[in-house]
Amino acid sequence: MIPHAIAAALLDAGQKWPGFELHPESASTIADGVDELHFFLTAVTLFFTFVIFTVIFYFMVRYRRKSEDEQPPETRTYLPLELTWTLVPTALCVVVFVWSSSLYFQNSRAPNAAMEIFVVGKQWMWHLQHPEGVREINELHVPVGVPVKLTMTSQDVIHDFYIPAFRVKQDVLPGRYVSIWFQATKTGRFHFFCSQYCGTGHASMIGWVEVMSPDDYAAWLAGGTRGETMLQAGERLFQQYGCATCHVADGSGRGPSLAGQFGKPQKLRDGQTLVVDEGFLRRAITQPNSMPLPNYAPVMPSFQGQLNEEQILQLIAYVKSLAGEERKTKGQ
Amino acid sequence: MSAAPGAPAAARVDYLNADYGIRSWLLTTDHKRIALLYLGTITLMFFVGGTLAVLMRLHLIDPAGALVHPDTYNKLFTMHGIIMIFFFLIPSIPAVLGNFLVPLMIGAKDLAFPKINLLSWYVFITGASLALYSLVAGGVDTGWTFYTPYSSTYSNSHVISMAIGVFITGFSSILTGLNFIVTIHKMRAPGLTWFRMPLFLWAIYGTSLIMILATPVIAITIMLVGAERILHVGIFDPALGGDPLLFQHLFWFYSHPAVYIMILPGMGVISELITCFSRKKIFGYSFVAFSSMAIAVISFLVWGHHMFVAGQSVYAALIFSLLSFLVAIPSAIKVFNWTATLYQGSISYEAPMLYALGFIGLFTMGGLTGLFLASLATDVHLSGTYFIVAHFHYIMVGGAVMAYMGGLHFWWPKITGRLYPDMWARIAAAIIFFGFNLTFFPQFMLGYLGMPRRYATYPAEFQILNVMSSAGASILGIGYLIPLIYLIWSIRYGPVAPPNPWRAKGLEWQTPSPPPTYNFETTPVVTEEAYAYGPADSAEEGAHG
Repeated sequence: MIPHAIAAALLDAGQKWPGFELHPESASTIADGVDELHFFLTAVTLFFTFVIFTVIFYFMVRYRRKSEDEQPPETRTYLPLELTWTLVPTALCVVVFVWSSSLYFQNSRAPNAAMEIFVVGKQWMWHLQHPEGVREINELHVPVGVPVKLTMTSQDVIHDFYIPAFRVKQDVLPGRYVSIWFQATKTGRFHFFCSQYCGTGHASMIGWVEVMSPDDYAAWLAGGTRGETMLQAGERLFQQYGCATCHVADGSGRGPSLAGQFGKPQKLRDGQTLVVDEGFLRRAITQPNSMPLPNYAPVMPSFQGQLNEEQILQLIAYVKSLAGEERKTKGQ
Repeated sequence: MSAAPGAPAAARVDYLNADYGIRSWLLTTDHKRIALLYLGTITLMFFVGGTLAVLMRLHLIDPAGALVHPDTYNKLFTMHGIIMIFFFLIPSIPAVLGNFLVPLMIGAKDLAFPKINLLSWYVFITGASLALYSLVAGGVDTGWTFYTPYSSTYSNSHVISMAIGVFITGFSSILTGLNFIVTIHKMRAPGLTWFRMPLFLWAIYGTSLIMILATPVIAITIMLVGAERILHVGIFDPALGGDPLLFQHLFWFYSHPAVYIMILPGMGVISELITCFSRKKIFGYSFVAFSSMAIAVISFLVWGHHMFVAGQSVYAALIFSLLSFLVAIPSAIKVFNWTATLYQGSISYEAPMLYALGFIGLFTMGGLTGLFLASLATDVHLSGTYFIVAHFHYIMVGGAVMAYMGGLHFWWPKITGRLYPDMWARIAAAIIFFGFNLTFFPQFMLGYLGMPRRYATYPAEFQILNVMSSAGASILGIGYLIPLIYLIWSIRYGPVAPPNPWRAKGLEWQTPSPPPTYNFETTPVVTEEAYAYGPADSAEEGAHG
């Protein structure tokens, strides 16, 4: 593949002159596709720059003023030429648009089987939590060859999670969940950066993705100093904050049963129907009054400020797990 | 800035020596004097903003930060951005060259509303004073983009005074734009039909439309940030029930068109320079004119391309991407037409022409690198990095500032009645071109390698390219100081300029340099198209009218 050859040559050049890299490492399944488009656009840029510069330099020399009273011929507008340089760039743009958009569209959807990791950005550090309960700060350990989905939120201002080697980037917003996904193609350490300005320590919101072989990853996970899994922590919070008193599993409580709700559509009192996803649950926990349900009195208090973002994520992990239990009861 | 004393043609009364004293300047309603008031003000702002940039680049020589605390660095890039954009680039060509030239180019005595014109300068310096106050009082650290909720809740800097400064300055833009639109509609000389107008006027007209339509949006947005900051009304901060993306939509709804407020007038200047120094009529007049209007219209529909990774929907991103590609086409058309104008011309290389050719080259690169950012898949990797910084500066400095410098040199003899030393001007233009590329080309590479922008410190692997960029900035700084010196020198010591030193077409060259207060002895009558260089030209100048 030509793009591979180019990338390899550029990487080689970078190794010859340390500190003067020409090409970022590419270490994810989508990186090659993005690089191909990048090389194509670079070729387009070089081509047109070359053409414009060459023509201008040629005209500059060829038509330099030789005497003060020389008479250039009158300018004649030539319509076919105008149409050519209007339509050719337009066609080129359409090609690039279709190419880049389909790539973006494909890359925007995480595979269903992706393993999920939760990320909370705050001034000025990244908190990352694996479902198994292991927590990290400014470090992210992932296995190679496995799709990984990051579900992210911010505790204060807007941050941005950017892994150059994977060609992924996403602003991390307060008050909502966003996600990106990647599948690493080689082991190693790769920088991640905060790339949305967030104040004093913006430049120190840097960390490393450590891509490990599946075995190493399993060993690392087992060796981590973890207490509860996210699910267990969520279950504990569910009891501790009294959620369980109203959200009784058989539906006899003052609130709806949460069993089996995740991923299903839910009708609100105002008639709109929303899918119960992470964002829905987050809003239900922090602003329950903004989304009253048809058959229940709006008596749930807001937990905004009582739970931090990580605790909310743990609660959500627990509620998600209730879907499985419901299937069990149905089977009986 | 006194009138040229002891000029040989001392008998003639022009706008500079018609009256003396500070009052005659501060209370003037003469568009030419107001242009000079703006020139002084924005030159000051340019060198303040430039000094901040030099400090930034010095700081970045060392990965750990060579000079200042990160907080100070954050203020440096914020103040650099705010001052350069709101207080230099936006007023640069419209308020200085536009103010001076619009009435002269259409054969009018003044703008339609001379007093409003003076008012808009006072509004401008009020805003500029608040900006300088904010700088001296300790600065602002939000980035020029004022993203919420950082700006509205978290920042501990002088956001409010700066926001009020930007808010007030917006009204100056609106008033200037309104003045230009009315003037161009109502005050054109007999025979000057729309399609005989110089392309500079088309560009100024398109710019003015953007100014009056877009500026109110930034004013409202900034006010909402203030309301949230002072009164804690939940608008943008989710902790108060607001939506942080709402701010970005509103902000870019102004700030993307604002990019064209900065570059469109520059394109207008280039059309004037290319035709004059190649002694050719513009190639494809109507294509160039309509492309200005197309840019003005489409520029309102592309703001979402600043938000591809901000969390807007995938489908919105697709639409904004397509529209962003479309806005590139009119710019490409202009570049091709300028290049074609040179064909079979009689090209000479005085300083303004060097700036114009530099503009075409750098704008081409700036425009083409924009394609990387309009295209979604590559934008994900490049947005928020130095690639953006480089692209933006290729358009704004390589484009808008080059055009402004070219225009300033071109019309300087008309403005001051004096000639500057052309050799120095050519040397400065070459230094600026070289320094600019050394500063900003490495930033494309830095961004591609993944270095985020607005970093006070950075990983060591990015150092070499950063040092190159800093070296370029020092050269660029010197490049800008040289014109400051020789242009000021020329006001007193430069040779007296003839009415039309470049043998240019256009009504502004048919009146003496500097022009009399009311511009023309008798109202000129226009009988030919713009840029009627060519066979009929011969040596006689300013024969008609």
